[in-house]
Amino acid sequence: MFDNESLNQIKQSRNEWEETQLKKTLAKFPERKEEFTTVSGEVVNPLYTPEDIEWLDYNKDLGYPGEYPFTRGVQPTMYRGKLWTMRMYAGFATAEESNNRYKYLLEQGQTGLSVAFDLPTQIGYDSDHPLAEGEVGKVGVAIDSLEDMETLFEGIPLDKVSTSMTINAPASVLLAMYMAVAEKQGVTPDKLRGTIQNDILKEYIARGTYIFPVEPSMRLITNIFEYCSKYVPKWNTISISGYHIREAGCTAAQEVGFTLADGIAYVESAIKAGLDVDDFAPRLSFFFNAHNDLLEEVSKYRAARRLWARIMKERFGAKKPKSMMLKFHTQTGGSTLTAQQPDNNIVRVAIQTLAAVLGGTQSLHTNSRDEALALPTEDSVRIALRTQQIVGYESGVTDTVDPLAGSYYIEAKTKEIEDKAMEYINKIDELGGAPRAIDMGYIQQQIMDAAYKYQREVETGARIVVGMNKFQVEEESPKGLLKVDPAVGNLQKHKISDLKTRRNNELVKEKLEALRSACESDENVMPHILEAVKTYATLGEICGVMREVFGEYQQSVII
Amino acid sequence: MLILEYIDKLLNGDKRTCARLISIVENNEEEAKNIIKNIYKYTGKAHVIGITGPPGGGKSTLTDKLAKELRNKGKTVGIIAIDPTSPFTGGAILGDRIRMQDLATDPGVFIRSMGTRGYLGGLSKATQSAVKILDVYGADYIIIETVGVGQSEIDIVKNADTVVMVMVPGLGDDIQAIKAGVMEIGDIFAINKSDLDGAARTAAEVKAMLDMGPRKDRRPPIVQVVASLNKGIDGLLDEIMNHMEYLIDSGELKNRREDNIRMEIIKLIETEIMRIVLQKSQTDRALEKATSEVVDRKTDPFSASESIMKLFSKNV
Amino acid sequence: MNSRPIRVLIAKPGLDGHDRGAKVIARALRDAGMEVIYTGLRQTPEQIVSAAIQEDVDVVAMSILSGAHNYLLPRVVELLKQEDADDMLVLGGGVIPDEDIPGLKEAGIKEIFTPGTPTTAVVDYINENVNRQ
Repeated sequence: MFDNESLNQIKQSRNEWEETQLKKTLAKFPERKEEFTTVSGEVVNPLYTPEDIEWLDYNKDLGYPGEYPFTRGVQPTMYRGKLWTMRMYAGFATAEESNNRYKYLLEQGQTGLSVAFDLPTQIGYDSDHPLAEGEVGKVGVAIDSLEDMETLFEGIPLDKVSTSMTINAPASVLLAMYMAVAEKQGVTPDKLRGTIQNDILKEYIARGTYIFPVEPSMRLITNIFEYCSKYVPKWNTISISGYHIREAGCTAAQEVGFTLADGIAYVESAIKAGLDVDDFAPRLSFFFNAHNDLLEEVSKYRAARRLWARIMKERFGAKKPKSMMLKFHTQTGGSTLTAQQPDNNIVRVAIQTLAAVLGGTQSLHTNSRDEALALPTEDSVRIALRTQQIVGYESGVTDTVDPLAGSYYIEAKTKEIEDKAMEYINKIDELGGAPRAIDMGYIQQQIMDAAYKYQREVETGARIVVGMNKFQVEEESPKGLLKVDPAVGNLQKHKISDLKTRRNNELVKEKLEALRSACESDENVMPHILEAVKTYATLGEICGVMREVFGEYQQSVII
Repeated sequence: MLILEYIDKLLNGDKRTCARLISIVENNEEEAKNIIKNIYKYTGKAHVIGITGPPGGGKSTLTDKLAKELRNKGKTVGIIAIDPTSPFTGGAILGDRIRMQDLATDPGVFIRSMGTRGYLGGLSKATQSAVKILDVYGADYIIIETVGVGQSEIDIVKNADTVVMVMVPGLGDDIQAIKAGVMEIGDIFAINKSDLDGAARTAAEVKAMLDMGPRKDRRPPIVQVVASLNKGIDGLLDEIMNHMEYLIDSGELKNRREDNIRMEIIKLIETEIMRIVLQKSQTDRALEKATSEVVDRKTDPFSASESIMKLFSKNV
Repeated sequence: MNSRPIRVLIAKPGLDGHDRGAKVIARALRDAGMEVIYTGLRQTPEQIVSAAIQEDVDVVAMSILSGAHNYLLPRVVELLKQEDADDMLVLGGGVIPDEDIPGLKEAGIKEIFTPGTPTTAVVDYINENVNRQ
């Protein structure tokens, strides 16, 4: 971007400035700290100049929004065309209550649904399973059968909304239930828009709601890719998630590196299963975290976009631009919230919202101020949603595309994160790919080391968390937190036993056996799951059959 | 004496007592002696299996699956899983249980995690005593899972009847690294994760290694397993049983246990002599005096140790 | 030599998979010279108690973020009592609302550590309150 002559001039003037102006000031007023580092622990220089982006080739490294390598965004007009989808992750207790919350959120101007499932659902257990005791309806809605799903979306036209479902190990079953509900509404699968998270690798790495071992899990994912590319073409079949990896304590560059390494594993697995990269790649989507270090985070999203585009084009030979586009959902960082002075979290979430928007996110969930304490109340959720609306409509940052591009710091940082992420990807390739690296505990160890380092910094006071290790006040216990009625568990149990007397149990058995044979063969399991779901076979029954055929994953201990 | 009460309960298979006694032998050498003296006559019934091999080989998973296979045959199992203690802090993370979650509530299984607590050799100092306690507690089989550091695993031989050496493909270079001495301790070689590429190569390497080694009456079998998928575990257990049969039929069991007991006695004498000598030389400051004389080149380490030993032999 | 490291069982009861807190604590306790038996995710109260007995631990520390604490933590104390092992120090941590804490303490959970607690506070608490014989 700069010719040699002007660079030399800049170097010269910078030296002069350092020797005179800066030196004088430092002599009188030393800096606050010996070393400044980002939240990820990367050193930040006092000043960035054109020297830091000597390497930058505008057309090659940045280009234009909507064009390769998509550094500046995936759409040509970005938020001038339409704002990101404001998508609040919600769901708790029963399908009835969650349905009410969704209708409320849609009335408040939310533009997409995001379903949170309770843990038994996420791990493929019905509410009457012994391990579900105490957990039913706690962190999301309990879905045991198609009946619950029908209630969940009652009165919500599925051809009009886009729905994101945070579901992984049993994603195939919940997607099938969604399709069955749509069918009852008279909506054909090709009209359905939404996303299933369906990212099992990060469950092994960081989130912990896995069921099956790696190989059958990868096969289920590939089956979904194949099935959806034929029948549910507008559905995002996976949301490759760095969010939880970051929550587990990794750095920004690790978030990009590990997430894209997982992405590479999914692409390789699908190609190995005989799919054409351009058939499924346009439906891959990503999910990142937004932490407080605003500029580092903006750079992170830009780096991820550029790196993925290059990987898809160069490594996998994708032809369609859509295959190279990294589209992503963002959630503000839950681990950055403090239980102390919870209202401060509103400010943190606002900064994180800015980061996601300046980084070009496609959709966003903002956390509520009280989430370090309990599930959010309706009031808290509204403030979180309003935060997005204020950034969207009042801040002005949405009026031009990628407004921070060209900042010496942002561009230097974008490249730094891209390079570091690529190093992690290379290392993982050397180990034999992401599944193997997870099996060996490499990724978990890296995350744990970073998490522990951060914790030490907070505890020694090297890193300030306002209200937690500095500026504390005496506080009263917060009041009015959301409580999930513990009776939900019993209610769900009754619903299941009642259902089992009403449905055609012979037919259920028949369809489950057909599913078992499909699992044992190479057949795509999706049609069989859909058939089983329609007979009101429960989630636990369907996953139970798959557990019997596939076995269960065993966690590695990496501390 | 409280200990005797404990022993009664241990003989009746009381879990809490078993756990307590293991803690005592880990923490208190004097009481440990007392316990072992009292229970020794009840020991010697269990078949002790050592599981060793390089880290990352899946030893815990294999232990888990072996234990389940034994439980299916109606046998009771004791497991001692050893992890390294940090030499800097004395702390340890003992995480092997995580692979054995299904066994946690099985009344026929007792799992105990131990830190090495500064003891080299792949075991902890109290392992031998813990084995005896589990034996009296009633475990038909006792599986010792070693630390897995490659070079220093040989202690397991002195504690186990059957040593299973676990290898995995992809750690090929490690075979070279650990072959010196360590390969010879395997009574059975289990190639784990044998569904991975390179399993055949690993098996071939082990075979070649065995071919190069000294000829023995019994050639250690090589068994392919995939512990995570529970494949080949029955075959491995068959080989473990065969090995015990061989030990008994050939008289090797008697020899081996004799050797081990002899070693144990020698070791205890060594420890005791060391303790007395150091104690004695402490009161006379003989060690310090000798050290400074050696430092000043007035004498040499050999003469110095001889003179301390003389001091000691007079006092015995 | 009668040195005796404090033995702590760290478990994740229930189904939630967020183990960053549990692992950070595990490491901090190890660095403070304790022996930490880490039992991992998805532990039933029965499994936790069984492990605590076999491992003869001084402390049972449980981390839970799913909201199921009011059921799972008291259940562990109850089972420990049944096994005559209620001398073990039982601790809880995670996203646990203040208003639930008195009930949990009454049930026998000695201390609850909520988000933002420094690991040193946990180490100190254990050192001061462990019930060693």
